[in-house]
Amino acid sequence: MTDATTDTMTDRANSFRNQPDEQGHFGDYGGRYVAETLMPLVLDLEREYRAAQADPAFKAEFDDLLEHYVGRPSPLYFAERLTDALGGAQVWFKRDELNHTGAHKINNCIGQILLAIRMGKTRIIAETGAGQHGVATATVCARFGLPCVIYMGATDVARQQPNVFRMKLLGAEVIPVTSGAATLKDAMNEGLRDWVANVHDTFYIIGTAAGPHPYPEMVRDFQSIIGIEARAQMLSRVGRLPDLLVACIGGGSNALGLFHPFLDDPEVKMLGVEAAGHGLDKAHAASLTGGAPGVLHGNKTYLLQDEDGQITEGHSISAGLDYPGIGPEHAWLKENGRVEYTSVTDDEALEGFQLLCRTEGIIPALEPSHAIAAVAKVAKTMPNDAIILANLCGRGDKDIFTVAEALGVEI
Amino acid sequence: MTRLANAFAKPALVCFVTAGDGDTAANLDALVEGGADVIELGMPFTDPMADGPAIQEANIRSLAKGTTTADIFAIAAAFRARHPDTPLVLMGYANPMIRRGPEWFANQCEAAGVDGVICVDIPPEEDAALGPALRAKGVAPIRLATPTTDAARLPQVLNGSGGFLYYVSVAGITGKQQAAMASIEDAVARLKAATDIPVAVGFGVRTPEQASAIAKVADGVVVGSALVELVAEHGEDAPAALRELTSALAHAVHSAR
Repeated sequence: MTDATTDTMTDRANSFRNQPDEQGHFGDYGGRYVAETLMPLVLDLEREYRAAQADPAFKAEFDDLLEHYVGRPSPLYFAERLTDALGGAQVWFKRDELNHTGAHKINNCIGQILLAIRMGKTRIIAETGAGQHGVATATVCARFGLPCVIYMGATDVARQQPNVFRMKLLGAEVIPVTSGAATLKDAMNEGLRDWVANVHDTFYIIGTAAGPHPYPEMVRDFQSIIGIEARAQMLSRVGRLPDLLVACIGGGSNALGLFHPFLDDPEVKMLGVEAAGHGLDKAHAASLTGGAPGVLHGNKTYLLQDEDGQITEGHSISAGLDYPGIGPEHAWLKENGRVEYTSVTDDEALEGFQLLCRTEGIIPALEPSHAIAAVAKVAKTMPNDAIILANLCGRGDKDIFTVAEALGVEI
Repeated sequence: MTRLANAFAKPALVCFVTAGDGDTAANLDALVEGGADVIELGMPFTDPMADGPAIQEANIRSLAKGTTTADIFAIAAAFRARHPDTPLVLMGYANPMIRRGPEWFANQCEAAGVDGVICVDIPPEEDAALGPALRAKGVAPIRLATPTTDAARLPQVLNGSGGFLYYVSVAGITGKQQAAMASIEDAVARLKAATDIPVAVGFGVRTPEQASAIAKVADGVVVGSALVELVAEHGEDAPAALRELTSALAHAVHSAR
């Protein structure tokens, strides 16, 4: 064995970017906790994904659609007035809210629908909470002419009518889910029930970096375009890497998309921001900060649950963060200490939302408003030459009604 | 011979009800009195993603009454005391089973006289999460085979499994349509050629006629949703209806060959 080979192997062993293992485990987390009916499917999906990864034509089509349909690369933006207002580190944003459909979700949907077509699947299903992933899925289904069924909790259907209408305009069938608490986790249960009954022709586009292997890895890979672009843009604009990355976390796909390409840059610190809702001692959606390890929806990860392992409801003003679990790679990154995790309350997120509106003329979604609130806390503790890069993963048009209600404004 | 092996010496009727739904002790007694050979006690879970509406609602009814894991083991232990010879298996989802660690769960099973455990969302690939702990305590990890389990995969499903093999006859959720009898016959023949442990068939079995047809080829017939629907309809007064349906099913199964 040559020295070079030894070095390579050592590098790989020491890398934070070599997960999951062959069984889909990120340390103790992840895996394939699915019913036997689905097991041959997820194995098949993994085989097909590996083949697609090795096929330059697949990557070429993905890249082409990201550039010409989604509008990538998204800009890297120095938020000068926000930086001045906070008084501390420079704040930069990766502008994924400028993507087609207004959020990062579309990156993953493009990748998965190309895989579905490659596998010969003729029907697409997905779950959605706030409706952003549902809209992104309905969008790619319209683009590729595939029938699309979106499962959405009946509670969410009632409070996210604009997105329900968007999905219908795009030709999707939206099925309200009344089982359980009628929110995102119940929509995911119903998606799995559909999949198990329609295994021969149906592809399930999961919207976040969770679910059975290979979904967490695959969604992360498709979203990594965020961090790959940001890393190159940062080097080209300021000639060095940022000191701190910040991103909000529900399931955690936008955060992993930003973080993953930087994981082996030891000088870059990372902060994941969960939704503390009304507060960690009250109703919240902070699975890592306020949950415990368990198994749900195909993977082992941190979950909001009671002492008997029954899943409890998450709460956040942001419907996109309102999920009682988190992607398994985040559980692993928390335990090995590579990423730090914190949480931000509804009220703090609302302040972050308004701060960005007024200082930068950008209306952010409530999800990245959590990241902005965290940035506001840490920027002032850092020197003026330090650089924070936060992911602006969605725009806030969808949230204006929620924000108006929270601020006591009638529109 | 273990209780489970004894039960499958002739075609066996396996009956499922959800723990904490209705008067569970009385419901279980009614199943045994009606002629059930094996009892499957469902552990309620907030997110039963492999179940259809009937069992989903039973889970919700049970959890709404505050059923805890301790309550379920108390029901199992009391059943064992009343019915020393009738095998009892727990069926449910991984999270409530591993919440306090797999060893804790296996110890509780052993102490309560539970013969086997069916965990819907622990496939053989994730066996380490629960299987070794169960086997160490002599509790059978009962695996599921489905129409999507092909010949290449079957040995992996059988490796480490015990008690009986539960053939899920339709790719889908519980309580929906039954598979065509011809496909069940083919599948059971294929499974029995690959293993010596008994093969029971479930999902979508509702009537004595269906049960009789399956019992002609399989070692066991599992009925769940049809029984759970009786609990939904009759509530605390379900035992009489359960006894009646179980009796008809048991007669069909036991006289099939």
